[in-house]
Amino acid sequence: MVLQSHDVIRHTSDTVVKTMIKGLKTALGAVTVGLLAGTTLAHAQSTDDELVKKGAYVARLGDCVACHTALHGQVYAGGLSIQTPIGTIYSTNITPDPTNGIGSYTFEEFDEALRHGIRKDGSTLYPAMPYPSFARMTQDDMKALYAYFMHGVKPVAQPNKAPGISWPLSMRWPLAIWRSVFAPAPKAFVPAAGTDAEIARGEYLVTGPGHCGACHTPRGFGMQEKALDASGGPVFLAGGAPIDNWVAPSLRNDPVEGIGSWPEEEVYQFLKSGRTDHAAVFGGMADVVGWSTQYFTDADLHAMAKYLKALPPVPVPPGRSAYTYDASTAQALDSNNTSGAPGASVYVEQCAICHRNDGGGVARMFPPLAGNPVVVSADPTSIAHIIVAGAVLPPTNWAPSAVAMPGYKSVLSDQQMADVVNFIRTSWGNKAPANVTAADIQKLRVDHAPISTASWGFGSADAATWGVYHPQPYGAGWTFSPQTHTGEDAAQ
Amino acid sequence: MTEKTLSPVDVVVVGSGWAGSIMAKELCEAGLSVVMLERRGRRSTARDGAYPSSLDELEGAVRYKLFQNPADTTVTVRNRMDQEAVPYRRLAAFLPGAGVGGAGLHWTGVHFRATPQDLRLRSHIVERYGRAFIPEGMNLQDYGVTYEELEPFFDRAEKVFGTSGEAYTVGGKATGKGNIFAPDRSDDFPLPPLRDVYTAHLFRQAAAEAGYHPYAMPAANASQPYTNPYGAQMGPCNFCGYCSDYACYMYAKASPNVNIMPALRRHENFTLRSNAHVLKVLLDSTGRKATGVVYQDAEGNHITQPAGLVILAAFQFHNVHLMLLSGIGKAYDPVSNTGTVGRNFTYQNITNSTVWMPPTRSTDQFIGSAGGVAIDDFNCDNFDHGPHGFIGGSPLWVNQAGVKPIAGAKATTPGVPRWGSAWKKAAIDTYRHSFTINAQGSNMAYRDVYLDLDPTWRTSYGQPMLRMTFDWKDNDIRMNRYVIGHLEGIVKALGARDVQYGMREEGKPFDVRAYQTTHLCGGAVMGEDPKTSALNRYLQSWDVPNVFVVGANAFPQGMGYNPTGLVAALAYWSAYHIRTQWLKGNGGPLVTP
Repeated sequence: MVLQSHDVIRHTSDTVVKTMIKGLKTALGAVTVGLLAGTTLAHAQSTDDELVKKGAYVARLGDCVACHTALHGQVYAGGLSIQTPIGTIYSTNITPDPTNGIGSYTFEEFDEALRHGIRKDGSTLYPAMPYPSFARMTQDDMKALYAYFMHGVKPVAQPNKAPGISWPLSMRWPLAIWRSVFAPAPKAFVPAAGTDAEIARGEYLVTGPGHCGACHTPRGFGMQEKALDASGGPVFLAGGAPIDNWVAPSLRNDPVEGIGSWPEEEVYQFLKSGRTDHAAVFGGMADVVGWSTQYFTDADLHAMAKYLKALPPVPVPPGRSAYTYDASTAQALDSNNTSGAPGASVYVEQCAICHRNDGGGVARMFPPLAGNPVVVSADPTSIAHIIVAGAVLPPTNWAPSAVAMPGYKSVLSDQQMADVVNFIRTSWGNKAPANVTAADIQKLRVDHAPISTASWGFGSADAATWGVYHPQPYGAGWTFSPQTHTGEDAAQ
Repeated sequence: MTEKTLSPVDVVVVGSGWAGSIMAKELCEAGLSVVMLERRGRRSTARDGAYPSSLDELEGAVRYKLFQNPADTTVTVRNRMDQEAVPYRRLAAFLPGAGVGGAGLHWTGVHFRATPQDLRLRSHIVERYGRAFIPEGMNLQDYGVTYEELEPFFDRAEKVFGTSGEAYTVGGKATGKGNIFAPDRSDDFPLPPLRDVYTAHLFRQAAAEAGYHPYAMPAANASQPYTNPYGAQMGPCNFCGYCSDYACYMYAKASPNVNIMPALRRHENFTLRSNAHVLKVLLDSTGRKATGVVYQDAEGNHITQPAGLVILAAFQFHNVHLMLLSGIGKAYDPVSNTGTVGRNFTYQNITNSTVWMPPTRSTDQFIGSAGGVAIDDFNCDNFDHGPHGFIGGSPLWVNQAGVKPIAGAKATTPGVPRWGSAWKKAAIDTYRHSFTINAQGSNMAYRDVYLDLDPTWRTSYGQPMLRMTFDWKDNDIRMNRYVIGHLEGIVKALGARDVQYGMREEGKPFDVRAYQTTHLCGGAVMGEDPKTSALNRYLQSWDVPNVFVVGANAFPQGMGYNPTGLVAALAYWSAYHIRTQWLKGNGGPLVTP
């Protein structure tokens, strides 16, 4: 885990929980003593360890910790910055501290916040909090989650940070309108009649607590997810905008840009260990695997994988063929014939050592670049970002090695990085456009701005799209973009 | 400076190299709370092995990035007891590591088992040649543990390290490959051997032609991608040559950082504290029980960490130093020949010979790995020592670990000026067409070669420095010259155009100014007799039974092989007996003298 102070690495997979359960027992003891002394205590409700334990698991399912913990901050104490188009907001303290956290919340108030998006003071939450997804969580899970946050989490007296949004956009009342327009009425998930029980469980996890769509479904005009489940059609989980300069790819069965080429078993392995023979997790998803999915039961992971693979097929864009490996790149690199491809010599000098001349990489360590969906996604921000900044495969209980990719921003020029991105996107049969420029890399490196391929102009060098109506008119940053923890600890 | 006492833990492990990491992992698995103390900072492949910046010879091998800073603490050195020792101020002859991973991060990865003979060398020599064969003043001893007893632990270590090699026999069955002198194995190596680099290939052919028995050196450099029993992953070695002195960016070279730490960090009962320099082990009033350790942190505070079990797993001489500073066991006195701590200090007896091939043969010295080709025909007692009157031996090998640009430019050619166009021509010729054959020989223990506390010099922590009294002895010089004498046949078969034999010379004392090897051994050795060993056969202090001292300090004498494989096996052996016996007993001695 990444929360430890610099020199003390104390592994805490579930230490927090265990410590807290111990604390709970002590607290319950105190309650008894308190009652004997004739005092009243706000939290004198009986809670058993099992419920708290279940709630801890539900919190893993929701990955509450990733957003509600600042970089190197205290667990659940909030303070992580989340970029939005109108300014920066900060995640809040959700520890049971009564002043700064949610310690004074009743179950009903807790449920209002999580599933309805309404804070205890009556104002509406920014929908960076995925309450439209949580709206379908079951009462049982909510009860358990509440027990965990009240009794299984250590209170931290850390005040919340005010949002960095200026007036008039800082007014919260329009959020209530947003809520009434876009957020579904909370209703516990019920699978469609006749759904396979495992797939139904997977659907609940993906669309409910797992809130996969918050990143993987594109957002519309109003920042709303365009679809909250498969009934929304091909746009559901079709890939989102860059978040902290990492692109959430399509989770649909698109064979080129989605997970169409992934067997169900690989989806399971990916969520459990962050690595398969054909992929390695990076960016924001590294936080998800490191802090959330690796702790899921095998049954739940298999259910999610099965559900994703069972989603209806998506239409393939016209003129695009399925991926086929092209051996000519490897032959050219093997024979040291790199002329004609500006990025090829950079690739040979810097990349081939791990990712190999054939673009095949090393299974579970250095992912293949040939035919890898995240390499050929329409938006090249991820592949460029990983070259600029590097990345680390998060250690998990199932694969403890933190395998690192170095960042190249102090090694290669912007032009060299652009060249190698274009080379990778067009070699071994990859057929993405080779349109990344040195200026794009410079902006990514200096201004931390994503490489935009779909916008009205700001962020894109391509003026041809000007005037063309686009469903996301405000540029590629049109999303909620929490900071990534693993990225912060990355290679260099 | 403030003083602080922390809450007690079950185990404190001093040092984060191979020995410390293995012990910590085993004891965490046993459910104990373990605090590991490392004197210097954290190291990770992501940072220290980031490609391409990690391939920096100036930073790595010239400015000693991964090594101990002698300004903090060092040793004093002298050749003889009648001399005054002076501090080893510039790293050269040997390079102790510093930082998480210790020497296990900067080693090359040559990974041998010890031979059955080495482990009971005294018994073996007496049986074959008689007691009188042992020279006066040589402290020839057995380890107190046999190859058969250690075999499962050698096997375990190889599986954890992802070792590449070729077995000679497995379960008594010949494989048709490997070292004909190698003892039997319960299982094959986890990975096939690394491929021979060109020079090793030449050596293999020439050695066979000369009538010897070449084999692929076992190397903890993964020849293929590998996942070890802890789930830690290794990438495939690509022979870049940046093994020794560097963190391997490919995760191909085994290190505590790559092979054990990832799994160790997942134990919630494990804590690693870096920048924690242990000053001494604390003993209770009886002096027979350790109560913890005191260390100095980065801010200069003195922190007491109480613990029920203390594992000393620092570098060889730091372990001896800590025992002497803490009063664990009796300090060795060569005059009265009493005491054991500091006794049987040994080194390794290495000389390098260079051959120059014809100009048509490019030796590609930039390529490298921990692999290579060796012969054991002159190692151990694989030949009759009777007529020669010395004990010990040397393997001979080509272990091309990559000659980097600065080292290549610094190489000198005999009879050639060290500057100008003649130098340039010779340097290019040597880099392109030469290669090195090493004789890595054993070094016996002697009564007047030892470690003790220096009466004059103090470390930056205000403690007496450790003093080395070391010199080459007649037995070892003659052994080396005998073995090098047999190189001629190989050199002839190679078709070399020139050769420079490196060998020990009578009257030429040990000199710390040039690199030789970091394979320092002994000083707190294991054995069966508390009069001649500081540790029992489980590496437990005879005198303070809740202190175990794990490392090459336990070797009674130096062997021809690299020490790490034996250090790792001994660590697993010791941990096994702590887990199965010591923890179930009353915390007392595992062996009653």
